[in-house]
Amino acid sequence: MSSSVTTEKDTNLKSQAGKKRSQWGEVWRRLKKNHMAMIGLIIMIILILLAVFANQIADYEEVAIKQNTANRLQGPSRENWLGTDNFGRDIFARIIHGGRISLMVGVVAVGIAVLIGGTLGAIAGFYGGRVDNLIMRAMDIFLAIPSILLAIAIVTALGANLFNLMLAIGISSIPGYARIVRASVLTVKDQEFIEAARAIGASDFRIITKHIIPNALAPVIVQGTLGVATAILSTAGLSFIGLGVPKPRPEWGSMLSDGRTYLWEASHITTFPGLAIVITILALNLLGDGLRDALDPRLKQ
Amino acid sequence: MLIPVIIGVTFIVYSIMFFTPGDPALIILGENAPEEQVEKLREEMGLNDPFIIQYLRFLKNALKGDFGRSYSTRKPVFNEVFSRFPATLKLSTAGLLLAVAIGIPIGIISATRQYSLLDSITMVLALLGVSMPNFWLGLMLILLFSVRLGLLPSGGDVGFASLILPAITLGTGVAAIITRMTRSSMLEVIRQDYIRTARAKGVAERRVINKHALKNALIPVVTVIGLQFGYLLGGAVLTETVFSWPGVGRLMVEAIKQKDTPVVLASVIFMSVVFSIVNLLVDILYAFLDPRIKSQYR
Amino acid sequence: MAESILKVKGIKKYFSTPKGMLHAVDGVDFEMEKGETLGLVGESGCGKSTIGRVILRLLEPTEGEIYFEDKNISQLNKKEMIKLRRDMQIIFQDPFSSLNPRLSVSEIIAEPLIIHNIVKKKNSELEKEVLRLMDLVGLAKRLVNAYPHELDGGRRQRIGIARALALRPKFIVADEPVSALDVSIQAQILNLLQDLQEELGLTYLFITHDLSVVKHISDNIAVMYLGKLVEKAPADELFRNSLHPYTQALLSAIPVPSIKSKRERIILKGEITSPIDPKPGCRFAARCNYAMDRCFKEDPELTEVGNNHHVACFLVEEKANN
Ligand SMILES: Nc1ncnc2c1ncn2[C@@H]1O[C@H](COP(=O)(O)OP(=O)(O)OP(=O)(O)O)[C@@H](O)[C@H]1O
Ligand code: SF4
Ligand SMILES: [Mg+2]
Repeated sequence: MSSSVTTEKDTNLKSQAGKKRSQWGEVWRRLKKNHMAMIGLIIMIILILLAVFANQIADYEEVAIKQNTANRLQGPSRENWLGTDNFGRDIFARIIHGGRISLMVGVVAVGIAVLIGGTLGAIAGFYGGRVDNLIMRAMDIFLAIPSILLAIAIVTALGANLFNLMLAIGISSIPGYARIVRASVLTVKDQEFIEAARAIGASDFRIITKHIIPNALAPVIVQGTLGVATAILSTAGLSFIGLGVPKPRPEWGSMLSDGRTYLWEASHITTFPGLAIVITILALNLLGDGLRDALDPRLKQ
Repeated sequence: MLIPVIIGVTFIVYSIMFFTPGDPALIILGENAPEEQVEKLREEMGLNDPFIIQYLRFLKNALKGDFGRSYSTRKPVFNEVFSRFPATLKLSTAGLLLAVAIGIPIGIISATRQYSLLDSITMVLALLGVSMPNFWLGLMLILLFSVRLGLLPSGGDVGFASLILPAITLGTGVAAIITRMTRSSMLEVIRQDYIRTARAKGVAERRVINKHALKNALIPVVTVIGLQFGYLLGGAVLTETVFSWPGVGRLMVEAIKQKDTPVVLASVIFMSVVFSIVNLLVDILYAFLDPRIKSQYR
Repeated sequence: MAESILKVKGIKKYFSTPKGMLHAVDGVDFEMEKGETLGLVGESGCGKSTIGRVILRLLEPTEGEIYFEDKNISQLNKKEMIKLRRDMQIIFQDPFSSLNPRLSVSEIIAEPLIIHNIVKKKNSELEKEVLRLMDLVGLAKRLVNAYPHELDGGRRQRIGIARALALRPKFIVADEPVSALDVSIQAQILNLLQDLQEELGLTYLFITHDLSVVKHISDNIAVMYLGKLVEKAPADELFRNSLHPYTQALLSAIPVPSIKSKRERIILKGEITSPIDPKPGCRFAARCNYAMDRCFKEDPELTEVGNNHHVACFLVEEKANN
């Protein structure tokens, strides 16, 4: 008896999963038509692959960290594609390994912000009234502190390391996500299809997971993509003023900062990490803008 | 709204400082100071009181303009921050003016020639503008105009020439955002019916844009400009570092290097308050531009 | 005599608003028989949707009781209520916001079947049932994987109807199911609803602000004004012999093709009384041409004047007494 019920549920779930795919397929179809977004996506895939296989491409200890003063400040060449820095380390290798940190901080910080900010925003939107007021006033106060300054304050207080960096950047972008999620939950909550779901006997859990979240998700996905870009910029900025990951770990912002002294004789030390940042941010912006259009089913082409 | 925000901001920032690991007394006196001397200073500074007492005392003093003393120079923090503020204000204002002077006209032109070559180029440049870290842009500008061409000074606040590069550095990102915003807002207004009607009546194209579209299109742009001022103040920290600009941002970075927490926090509070005041002014300006909005702002 | 399916007794629903208590529904009683269509008519904001939602317990009533098939459902717990959802369904006014834009047509129609475990057995069974329902409401098979935003208002409303029918309910609240549609499509949907009623023996509470819409499909019509029923009668009786001044005003607004008719249009003057903390007295008094002193002091009760015709008006009461 009980087993028959399970199998039945399973088949139901399976059939739904099949249709789900077709729905994301729809988003994908729209995204594919957007050339700019595809360029962004391809660049991001390449960057992620480079970050994942960084050690296979260039050994961390041997190529990115070990100093080789005999070979310092060399311009781009066949051995060192992007030249070497003031300690003779290969800049290409350091950029790839730095990308690992940038992407990780970006994703984790946005994860923290979406999780905390999203939950706060969802609670505010669902319950409304006094809870909403309290949460959103607190968020307004947070928003009054320019986010990079808040991140600076937090890292200064807690000390500069990878974890605190992610935490600081994550915390400082919480209010933005709280606002977005609240706004989108509010719009969804008042739609008649929520009431319709209630009328056919859907549980609160089902209403939240099947009806509210999927409809409230689109702006979060878009903002999250653009948010990773912002977080990467903040990371580089904090590292630039000495609040990043401790040396000698390569990080784009601190590489830039180190290169300043050698602007005259070896400007490539400064140029290339900066280009890496620009390319990454550009790709994420293109992808985010494309997702914004692709995720809105009401937008007709 | 301003006063609760200031209280809230000081509370957040003060809590961050309070829960910081490390004993301020020890930092001031050095690691090797004798135990009783440290204890005496702790008592003097009120560091043994509960958090809320310390915060209220901080707030009371802050209202009198007393934000404590710098760990390193032992001078009142507020004086230091305040004396640096004119330089930051000069830089941010220059950056903002530049951004507005570039962003609004280009945004308008782009919108009126949607899908033209000019429009495409503008959009690509704007995208680049928002994707570039400003400190890197600053370094590249130094590389080109100071190191290679020797045209402009690479740092310090030494007259108008020294303001050019930092202002471009700080203003570029904001200019890009304002351009995009002006363009999309303009497009939206142009599409609206009453503009079409004005056109149908035979009003010259340029007058249509001037009289009808511009004012309505600028309303959302004004809010964005207000919000961007916070970004400018944040960006100033990095730009000032790149150009050795003697503003609050540079003071902050120096303080970070010396672990001079009171100076860092006072700078953050100071800039946040400035940002809040700017936003309040924008709200007022907004209500002035769009009378319908007044009721919402009570 | 047919058996009773729904009975509402003294239903009140108040919303607390910043300006005071809003009396959306303020003491409504009526009864419906199996298979009948009751048209509930009134201006926008008079509380029609609120009644519909209270009956389905999508809103909790402030006061009053609801009996469905002689069972008091006001006290049912969540689980029992979910079971009851099979018998009572609702069709919404707005075919755009009443369908989840992230679900396909088949997912929308299948959802009630899945929730209530109605289609036992396999996948194909579910699909078959969805297709059957689509066919029932006149939706082409090829639309099975379409998304709501790809369809027009009429088709979307058919999806909403199919979703409501999936549980094979006995009673349906149709909350202005055609007011958002083009006039040409309105007739199609009305015909569909009538056909379905005959085929499946449904009972409708048909809500509308437009008397002409319910004229042909209703057995009985109840007219509502600011949270209260002011008149209730069999449809032809109401159209022939309306007694309440408000109903008369509504009827006079319908264009009449007949030459014999010499009805003059009654223009309602005065402002609609606010539903927030209303003063005692007839709610219609401020706009009524016949208002007397008494109308501003006491509430007229809905009373039967014969022929199943109920009306709440002192004018009628006094005529009857004389
Ligand atoms: N959740 C709510 N909170 C506060 N007031 C409400 C709420 N829902 C409805 N109301 C108010 O109750 C009154 C009746 O609303 P209801 O939706 O029942 O009217 P209606 O007759 O269906 O009108 P319409 O023709 O516009 O659909 C209105 O004044 C409305 O503003
Ligand atoms: S009770 Fe009085 S005010 Fe109300 S409808 Fe009848 S006559 Fe008019
Ligand atoms: Mg309604």
